[in-house]
Amino acid sequence: MSITKTKLSAWDKVQLARQLERPKALDYINEIFDEFIELHGDRNFADDKAIVGGIAKLDKMVFTVIGEQKGKKAKENMERNFGMPNPEGYRKALRLMKQAEKFKRPIITFIDTPGAYPGMGAEERGQGEAIARNILEMSRIKVPIICIVIGEGSSGGALAIAVGDKIVMLENAIYSILSPEGFASILYKDSSKAKEAAEDMKATAKDLKDLGIIDDIIKEPEGGAQNDFEMVTKSMKKYIVKNIKKLQELSVDELLQNRYEKFRNM
Amino acid sequence: MIIDKVKKINEQETKRVKNEKASDMMIGKWVKCDKCKEIIYKDDLHQNLSVCPNCGKHFRLSARRRIKQIADEGTFKEIGGDILTQDPLKFNGYMKKVETLKEKTKIEEAVKCGICEIEGEKAILAVMDGNFLMGSMGSAVGERITLSIETAINKKLPLIIFCVSGGARMQEGIVSLMQMAKTSSALARLDEAGLLYISVFTDPTTGGVTASFASLGDIILAEPNALIGFAGPRVIEQTIKQKLPEGFQSSEFLLEHGFIDKIVERKYMKSVLAELIRLHKSK
Repeated sequence: MSITKTKLSAWDKVQLARQLERPKALDYINEIFDEFIELHGDRNFADDKAIVGGIAKLDKMVFTVIGEQKGKKAKENMERNFGMPNPEGYRKALRLMKQAEKFKRPIITFIDTPGAYPGMGAEERGQGEAIARNILEMSRIKVPIICIVIGEGSSGGALAIAVGDKIVMLENAIYSILSPEGFASILYKDSSKAKEAAEDMKATAKDLKDLGIIDDIIKEPEGGAQNDFEMVTKSMKKYIVKNIKKLQELSVDELLQNRYEKFRNM
Repeated sequence: MIIDKVKKINEQETKRVKNEKASDMMIGKWVKCDKCKEIIYKDDLHQNLSVCPNCGKHFRLSARRRIKQIADEGTFKEIGGDILTQDPLKFNGYMKKVETLKEKTKIEEAVKCGICEIEGEKAILAVMDGNFLMGSMGSAVGERITLSIETAINKKLPLIIFCVSGGARMQEGIVSLMQMAKTSSALARLDEAGLLYISVFTDPTTGGVTASFASLGDIILAEPNALIGFAGPRVIEQTIKQKLPEGFQSSEFLLEHGFIDKIVERKYMKSVLAELIRLHKSK
């Protein structure tokens, strides 16, 4: 892709955020953390491969990590449902977060989804309820939570694992109420106006920082995170360690009060 | 044909009709039920709580009418009425659209909240209104609902929310999405405070409202045959490339799948709510 850093439009960033070769949740988890033991299933219905989660170590601390997982190739994308979770995915995430709370482990989530899956089964199994429940429970989980948007953070499907103490985005990630295509088709009655929509939605990391929705931006090399993955993971690692330590200095009451006020003021 | 006759009677009003709500064909003083096709005199319909006297279809209600049906007369005192639409994205044409809509609908936003009595039982009541941008949730709706929840906590009162919504309000972008987090976080506090929250799904409730406060009631009720879902039926059909079966995402479907507690007809709604509140009163 011949996108130069200086002139990236919102639409360019949408393209970067969606690149197949862009690093996915498991790439970050495996690179940043020393050990990762993946845990599966929601104990109720199934194991949703669009969400991964487990226990991992970093800097002698144990974390619970959760991520929306897209594939890099067609076959893997099919298996991962293109990173579009079903209710059981969100319920698995919640199970792991509750587990983290029990064992007092901080939580790191990686957000990368075009949205929650709009399928029949998803509706039958309560997609809306699953997302709502996660949002509510995350607001009161008694351990620090850092949420990192690494690619595409779209709609309630993203928010369902993005309620935390720090909301961070990679420089070329996008975070929005809906895909630009969906937004264009609703508001301009024309899905081909996605480019225009991408601008109007204010979905880039910089826009969202200016709006006060996210706390920080992690820099990316020119052309996207994959071009210097080491640089990106290094700064991400540094960010996680630094901020988790700060958050751990707070009492549980302070932590939860701050988290409440963070969203209360939006 | 009866329709022609009706049209003649109300010739001047028919132009206005085109802008009315899509689902129910309003012709002046008459309404055609889109379920049983019966032509009903509007006053009769309203006297019957906006339920078709012929087939029992529950017509969509404005917040004003709903509050009149649920709150004891003269007890409703509004909360957060001064919280108005914001335009965080400076979205082209949005405020103008809101102003036009305000004038047309005589309402200020897509939810009306207040403190009231229901058969003498004090409660916080929030009622969404589908006439205002499809009941979509932007910052004003989120703020009003959150303020209602916090008032319920402060006053130790039960909370009832009547939901009707197309989801998050697109024109306010990410800020609308964040209202899901704001309202749900407040509900977590209501939960911690041991207070009762009854959510009522009405037709239609989808998207970000289904995926936040609407699905979080201690008790979740629904009106009959309401459309309730996360994704809208059109989006699902486009995704799976097939037609959805009849009744998919209806109240009855959700009851069957375990996502609501009870379907309550409009004529019983007030007494059921009052009874539930009484049953949760601390001794």
